Amino acid sequence: MKQFQYMRPTKQKAATDAVAKDPTALFIAGGTNLIDLMKREVMQPEKLVDINMLPLKKIEQRNGSVRIGALVSNSAVAEDRLIVEKFPLLSQALVSGASAQLRNMATVGGNMMQRTRCYYFYDTALPCNKREPGSGCGAIEGINDQHAIFGFSENCIAVNPSDMSVALAALDATVLLSGPKGERRIPFIDFHRLPGDQPEVDTNLMRGELIVAVDVPESPYAQNAHYLKVRERASFAFALVSVAAALDIQNNTIQSARLAMGGVAHKPWRLFDAEKALAGKPVSEESFWQAAEVAMRGAKAFEHNAFKLKLAPNSIVQALKTAAGIA
Amino acid sequence: MTKERMTQVKMGDPLSRVESLLKVTGGAKYAAEYNLPNEAIGVLATSTIARGRIKNIDTREAERAPGVVAVVTHENAPEIPGYSASVDNEGSRVYGQEFRLFFDGTIYHNYQPIALVIADTFARADQAATLLKVTYEEESHDTDVRNSLDKAFKPERHDDYSRGEAGAYKSAPVKIEQEYQTPIQVHNPMEPHVTTAVWEGDNKVTVYNKTQATKISQKEIAKSFELDEENVRAYSPFVGGAFGSSSRVWPQEMAAIMGAKVTGRPVQVVLKRNQVFNMVGYRPRSVQKFSIGATTDGTLTGITHDAYGSTSQYEQFTERLLDPTKTMYSCPNLDSRYKLVRLDMSTPCWTRGPGETSGSFALESAMDELAYALNMDPLALRLKNYAEKDPENDKPWSSNYLMECYEQGAERFGWSKRNPEPRSMREGDWLIGMGMASGIYKAARDRAVVRAKLSPDGSLLVQSAVADTGPGSATIFTQIAADVMGTAIENTRFEWGDSTLPYAPGQFGSHTTASVGSAVYEVCTALKQRLQQLATGTASAAMQQAGPDELVFENGTMGLKDRSASLSYGEILKQQNLPQLEVIKESEGGPLLDEYSSKSFCANFVEVRVHAATGEVRINKVVSAVDAGKIMNYKTAESQVYGSVVWGIGIALMEEGKIDHRFGRHVNNDLEKYHVPISADVPEVDVILINKPDPVVDPMGAKGIGEIPLIGFTAAVANAVYHATGKRIRELPITPAKLV
Repeated sequence: MKQFQYMRPTKQKAATDAVAKDPTALFIAGGTNLIDLMKREVMQPEKLVDINMLPLKKIEQRNGSVRIGALVSNSAVAEDRLIVEKFPLLSQALVSGASAQLRNMATVGGNMMQRTRCYYFYDTALPCNKREPGSGCGAIEGINDQHAIFGFSENCIAVNPSDMSVALAALDATVLLSGPKGERRIPFIDFHRLPGDQPEVDTNLMRGELIVAVDVPESPYAQNAHYLKVRERASFAFALVSVAAALDIQNNTIQSARLAMGGVAHKPWRLFDAEKALAGKPVSEESFWQAAEVAMRGAKAFEHNAFKLKLAPNSIVQALKTAAGIA
Repeated sequence: MTKERMTQVKMGDPLSRVESLLKVTGGAKYAAEYNLPNEAIGVLATSTIARGRIKNIDTREAERAPGVVAVVTHENAPEIPGYSASVDNEGSRVYGQEFRLFFDGTIYHNYQPIALVIADTFARADQAATLLKVTYEEESHDTDVRNSLDKAFKPERHDDYSRGEAGAYKSAPVKIEQEYQTPIQVHNPMEPHVTTAVWEGDNKVTVYNKTQATKISQKEIAKSFELDEENVRAYSPFVGGAFGSSSRVWPQEMAAIMGAKVTGRPVQVVLKRNQVFNMVGYRPRSVQKFSIGATTDGTLTGITHDAYGSTSQYEQFTERLLDPTKTMYSCPNLDSRYKLVRLDMSTPCWTRGPGETSGSFALESAMDELAYALNMDPLALRLKNYAEKDPENDKPWSSNYLMECYEQGAERFGWSKRNPEPRSMREGDWLIGMGMASGIYKAARDRAVVRAKLSPDGSLLVQSAVADTGPGSATIFTQIAADVMGTAIENTRFEWGDSTLPYAPGQFGSHTTASVGSAVYEVCTALKQRLQQLATGTASAAMQQAGPDELVFENGTMGLKDRSASLSYGEILKQQNLPQLEVIKESEGGPLLDEYSSKSFCANFVEVRVHAATGEVRINKVVSAVDAGKIMNYKTAESQVYGSVVWGIGIALMEEGKIDHRFGRHVNNDLEKYHVPISADVPEVDVILINKPDPVVDPMGAKGIGEIPLIGFTAAVANAVYHATGKRIRELPITPAKLV
């Protein structure tokens, strides 16, 4: 690990200024991913700006939404009464991630900022355009069992590893940012980006910008929501495929649906077309299979992840059935 | 003060580990925790190519980095006399040229250590290691055994085995011909490999290392550095798991010793997790072509087994892939071959149930396939082909309670409720499957020496160089000593894990209890005889004349059975004015061992559930019935079975060292990407211990238990998955990708 400077400001402005002014500086909150990356010399910040002293640790009921501070721990969000009641999808997604110990350390903002777990990203002796632009993508012709089937580019086929982000993408959340140029809000689904020809850039965050909070709007999806995570072991593993499914059902008819997948793309993969296909349909396995078919349009696999072409639609149907209570 | 407890224990009692208090309070010191005065820390830098030569290694920047004491490479490493000696294929445990650290610029495998950066702190050494600039002359490499079977050769230390007619399965009315594969499995003990080395002068060195065999460490280090064995001390009382990976001397030991020599300071070297994957051994991938035939009533008529393993470019590592096939079932015709492929990887190493674990996956999967082809119950097929004596050599079993394992295991599991039809059992979205498999593993015994010291206060100290890497050997030996001597457990102490103590073999191969336990038993028996000889005075005359059956040794006293006379051990020593009574005893198995075939046996029954939509496999229930002879400690024995089951679940469902063969480099070499079972993967495990003594192997009646429950286990899982889904998975691990 490379040596680094460390500071722990108590004012938000001091924190954002410190990172804005220094291109080698990074924020650190729970550090559950960043420290690992530093140990393996994948990321080598020269300065860490610890934001844990900032007052961003509250969950608040606001008019028409719930605001979750960026520094609230993953376990605190998962267990929060408001969240469990209004957004069980988010709570389930969080609980499915990592381990209890990691969830106690990891924060909402940090979870959004975690990097891919692609094998090639983690080994500095192997090519990876995300870690070292121009070095090539090791995974495209290498071991790509964990990799993307949607939205990839010839430069990168890595997937975003977060469960929380999949739920927040489905729930139409908004991200609050604060930076040198003031505050701004962006839709959660626009926070992460596709790799294109700049796979080294994971998000649309600008230098010095800090995630302050996430707003989750009230919605009619609390009754029929399910987060399905498929993985090789029962816990403490990243998703092969995950599905966030939420339905507004009235008289056995789907009024509207929210659907997103994890483990399939460089960002949480919101399935707008499948949501439209579900609207107005009766609750039935047939409706769900139709939606899954729509969802899978454009999917393309590599040598080792072809199973996702079958696992993903199966998982969509399974998640929808569970959400609808017909599993 | 509370009243002092005096507890009499017997062999078999579920005694808690003697070192448990130290372990749970942090009082147990592991090899990285000695913090010797002036200790420096070394970090190994490793190669980024799989084969070739180091063209140049520029250490200047690293040497200038803060805190750096020295950088050792092949260009400046101290000369290791043993490295230049001719290869000793008589005395070595693995055939070939051992890996020589920093010997020359040749690269044999990826992650090969190429430099040791030593600094005053770990952080500084670690940072300086990133400043090395290395250029290579790269050569093309091969790390894929599956694609190189045509290059396989018969290893020097292996004889192919056959009986009856070769290829006899071909003419059988019912036959199975299949290929099975098992992946690279990495031991991944919790404690990474570590050594702290300190020299006293030029010819005496102490290593605080993580080892399963202090005597092997001592001998190999002495040989490499041309030192007298008594001038090398390997000290290793606590080991955080090893599973075979600490049964040799590895680069971190050699690096620490070299580093300490170069700097004149104690040097500690700890491997990083990603270095543990291709530097300190692993279970090699296996490819097995397995064919088996039977008559329509299920009588086996022929087996042909061709197994392929892999080794490094410099040694020939062999393991016993064929052993279960040779001995598990009665079958008149059998031909088997075992070949190795040389790869550009480090030498594999014995891994819990070495060979047998991989080999039994093929054998026990094929038996299940054969049962289906015969339309026969898989358990009935095994009963039908039960071997009344060892079919490999026609020797009688020293003991064999496999039938009891089948019977009690099936009963407890509810095997009779199984509907044999695949995909016939279901609970909601989950398909339910039941599978079983048998296991067999050698019950060996080796030479061991133990010293016992009795003090006038009646306390007993028993000593052996043996390691206790976690199974509870020290507890069992304390227990044997206390039982044989009749000393209270509080008065009985066992000392271990130090090469200065009397000779013990390595703690591997499931033979520690039989080897060292026998020596403990015999030294205590000899000590009792000495006490009888020494006893004097009026009360003692009758005792001296007494035959062994008329004397009792209990509660720290020797007495006549009719209680007409007794003397405490302390009194006997005081009578003779002895400050201590010491007996040393060497023990090894008698000629009887050769007349019998000694094995442990097991039958594993597994219920799985497989999600119909996602292909996820979870284990519902395990019943593991084990014949390991007399059980020496019910608690530690059950834990050994639990451990084997957890290992079996790992190999069956998730563990796989993945290599990108283009680079010859492991890609999932951390515990996030290399999955081992976590608590939620392990269901209730029902352990049945048959607990009947073996009359031949050792005086206690014990056979080994550390590995037997793992043998066949992965096949029991695969067989259950087949029963659940109708899909036969012949390449482990069984992941959702293979089932969805």
